[in-house]
Amino acid sequence: MNALISTALSGVVMMFAGLFVSNKQRIKYIAIFVLLVCLAANLAELSTIGAGERTFYGMITVSHFSILFNAIALGATLIFFLLSGSAFENVGEHVSDYFALIFFILSGITLASTFSSLLMLFLAIEIISIPQYILAGADKKTPKSSEASLKYFLMGSFSTGILLMGITLIYGATGTFNVADLGLGAGKVNTLALCGIILLAFALSFKVSAAPFHFWTPDVYDGSPTVFTSFMATVVKAGGFIAFIRIFHGAFIGERITADWQLLLAIITAATLIIGNFTAVFQQSVKRMLAYSSIAQAGFMLLAVVSINTHATQGIILYAAAYSVATIGIFAVMIKLKDYTFDGFNGLARTQPVLAVTTTIFVCSLAGIPLTAGFFAKYFVLTAAVEQGNLLWLVIVAVICAAISAYYYFRVIIAMYFKQGEAETAPISGGFKLMLIITAAIVILLGIFPGLLLQFI
Amino acid sequence: MLTVLLILIPLVAGLITFGLKGSGPKAMGLIASLASLAVTLGALFQFRTAPASLQFSANWIPQLGAQFSVGLDGMGLMLCLLTAISFLLIFIVIFNRDYERANNFYGLMLLSQAGLVGVFTAYDALLFYVFWELALIPVYFLCSLWGGEKRIPVTFKFFVYTFAGSLLMLIGLIYIYLQTPEHSFSYASFTSGSVAPQDQSWLFWLFFVAFAIKMPVFPFHTWQPDTYEQSPTPVTMVLSGIMVKMGLFGVVRWLLPVLPKGAYMWSDVAIVLSIIGIIYASCIAIVQSDIKRLIAYSSIAHIGLMSAAIFTNNEQSLQGLMVQMFNHGINIIGLWIIVEIIQNRLKIKNLNEMGGIAQYAPGIAIFLVTISFANIALPLTNGFIGEFLMFSGLFQYNVWFMAVAGLGVILGAVYTLNMVQKVIFGQSNQLTETTTDLKGNELLVLSIIVVIILVLGVYPKPMLELVSSTTELVNKVY
Repeated sequence: MNALISTALSGVVMMFAGLFVSNKQRIKYIAIFVLLVCLAANLAELSTIGAGERTFYGMITVSHFSILFNAIALGATLIFFLLSGSAFENVGEHVSDYFALIFFILSGITLASTFSSLLMLFLAIEIISIPQYILAGADKKTPKSSEASLKYFLMGSFSTGILLMGITLIYGATGTFNVADLGLGAGKVNTLALCGIILLAFALSFKVSAAPFHFWTPDVYDGSPTVFTSFMATVVKAGGFIAFIRIFHGAFIGERITADWQLLLAIITAATLIIGNFTAVFQQSVKRMLAYSSIAQAGFMLLAVVSINTHATQGIILYAAAYSVATIGIFAVMIKLKDYTFDGFNGLARTQPVLAVTTTIFVCSLAGIPLTAGFFAKYFVLTAAVEQGNLLWLVIVAVICAAISAYYYFRVIIAMYFKQGEAETAPISGGFKLMLIITAAIVILLGIFPGLLLQFI
Repeated sequence: MLTVLLILIPLVAGLITFGLKGSGPKAMGLIASLASLAVTLGALFQFRTAPASLQFSANWIPQLGAQFSVGLDGMGLMLCLLTAISFLLIFIVIFNRDYERANNFYGLMLLSQAGLVGVFTAYDALLFYVFWELALIPVYFLCSLWGGEKRIPVTFKFFVYTFAGSLLMLIGLIYIYLQTPEHSFSYASFTSGSVAPQDQSWLFWLFFVAFAIKMPVFPFHTWQPDTYEQSPTPVTMVLSGIMVKMGLFGVVRWLLPVLPKGAYMWSDVAIVLSIIGIIYASCIAIVQSDIKRLIAYSSIAHIGLMSAAIFTNNEQSLQGLMVQMFNHGINIIGLWIIVEIIQNRLKIKNLNEMGGIAQYAPGIAIFLVTISFANIALPLTNGFIGEFLMFSGLFQYNVWFMAVAGLGVILGAVYTLNMVQKVIFGQSNQLTETTTDLKGNELLVLSIIVVIILVLGVYPKPMLELVSSTTELVNKVY
């Protein structure tokens, strides 16, 4: 609850900051300061809920899990601000507005991790989506950005309609919006409710860009200003997954009803993994490759949604952290480059060794190499799926896809280290390098001791 | 604690080496490998007096029941000894060579040593997996940065191959982990026999493919000749001398005791694949004109025999395997050193362009002949005792298997002696006339190797005693 209030207020603060502060650098510092306050407020709530959880007016439930997730989302955003905050200036004039929009998205994410009513779920998804439409079109001078925005808006509002329809059907079947009272697990499966669940699954699949609802992703991620893609592909996506896993594991579990949606989601997962990984292989632009990689990684996170056990919950937390931090890091490096194709990375190891080493660590994390956070993230979701028992085929698909993913991730390393070239970069400050090293250290630390995060669940 | 030290020395030294300049990396490599050897010898001594003190365990990820648990048994110690000796020899041989970005080269070499020792000492399945992957990464960079012309696609293939194999093994590990009653990765709970026989049947393949790619066993070998050819020779020595032992070690430590019924069910198939590998690789080796590829295929043939011996389910062939793991490492590193010396002097790899070196560099000729004899397992060389024991075990398992595998020895003599003949005898040409004989450090290293070859060939008892605890243990699990 603290996180929700503080992020919403921070958004308002940032909007007004634009009126009174004209120095863009200073606006960035204000945003970082305000974000730290939000993070502190979120952690402070731990003391008030004690060992259990606390429900507000039957709408919002705060638990250890949600606080931990909020902390990860806010922490990842902090890293994002520190690494790429300065790049906001290159997008357009209204820097403070961008920060405000990001804070509004964050409040949507904190709502997604705490909702206990279907209405709040709908609000969370909408609050996350609408500022993104604006951010996607922030670069008004390039038509690609406007195209991305329009595309995202049309497709997004369509999926919102489906989400609403699903919620309505579930409400019609059960007579309540309260997640805890739905009681879908008990007894006979209600056809009306099942339709609602399936519509919900489709709508949420769209939001996390799972196949076959992923077609908007490459264009939107490619067209949007790169800084915002970095945020949309990471923290926002993790927020979508938290909503996904909370509603499906929280309300749709039961003897009969689980099987009804589990197979459907398993197929969506397999399709996402296959399409994401295979298409990423053929990309020539790193930015587009990362867009497909985000689809592929969504496939791995879906493994956690499909499998219902504690490993899945632990897995989604680790995955959200590992994936967000690593991808934000790669995007931060890429923003500094002149050329976003693989060739643009050629010879980076010689011109900017620090950037090359840290990018290697991020890429290894995404590929799931041991001693990086990504390994344990993959490990947990795979364990969850193996534990499920009937999903071994999906695990095999996932593992094959993981091996394929090494191909396109390592192309970045090959370009940086083994190819001749002079990668051109914007001037790189010492602070940026330091921040990159800290981020890489976080990735490795989580890769050796994943317990650091898991002990809080 | 000595065991932890064995991993830490190359790890820390490797990390420090990245920051060194000038001749610092070379010195660091020598110091670190000498220190590793000293600690290994210390561990060897302690193994006789107080073997329990070599075990070390600490909490790692309590949520998973994974522990940082390392230890040494006879087999682990033998392989650590091989690693320590090999790295020392490699560092001595390349002491006069100047590599570009030497700090990175030596740093990565030391890191790969740390990964290898980690694999040989891990007593926790997850830890084993982590080290297994870690040993791969530095080697990938070494091959890609300092290799031959086609290095990038070749090492990439190598990486994707082994990575895919490892991931299959990861599924197997997770599955067994979930079957253990207390959800633990410890060696004890993995070998407690909690996996149902019908599961063992398919789990076997997840593990076997991962190990078979590393060894490599036919038909998972296609990455190997290219990689050996394109890698810089010191890295090829690590790959062929030590890294292939990871696969054999994996089968003995993590496959046979964990999935005994699975191994029993599929032993015929595994042996047949291995024997096909022996014959197939030997035949290809005969027609090779590139000396590096010839030795690469000869390595596949030797590994094929070892992998067949593992699955014969008797103590004799396991003893032979243990001895041969060590000896094959020493012999093949010896061969690579000679290749490195010739390549360094003449800059050629093609056998047909060589010849007559014996007249100009008798030292090289003597050592090449001796090591080649060991490679074809002539009696009184170290190769003999291991192959003899393995064939004898294979004979007890199935006479026909032994008969076909035995052809490998004949074919081995054909390609090895053919190579010797083409390199050192025959007509010399303008290029080979310029060959200079061995220098101090090369002479030292090759002498050490020949001493090991002869001593272990005449008196292999200490080696057999060292590994006896492991071979007896393995025999019990069936």
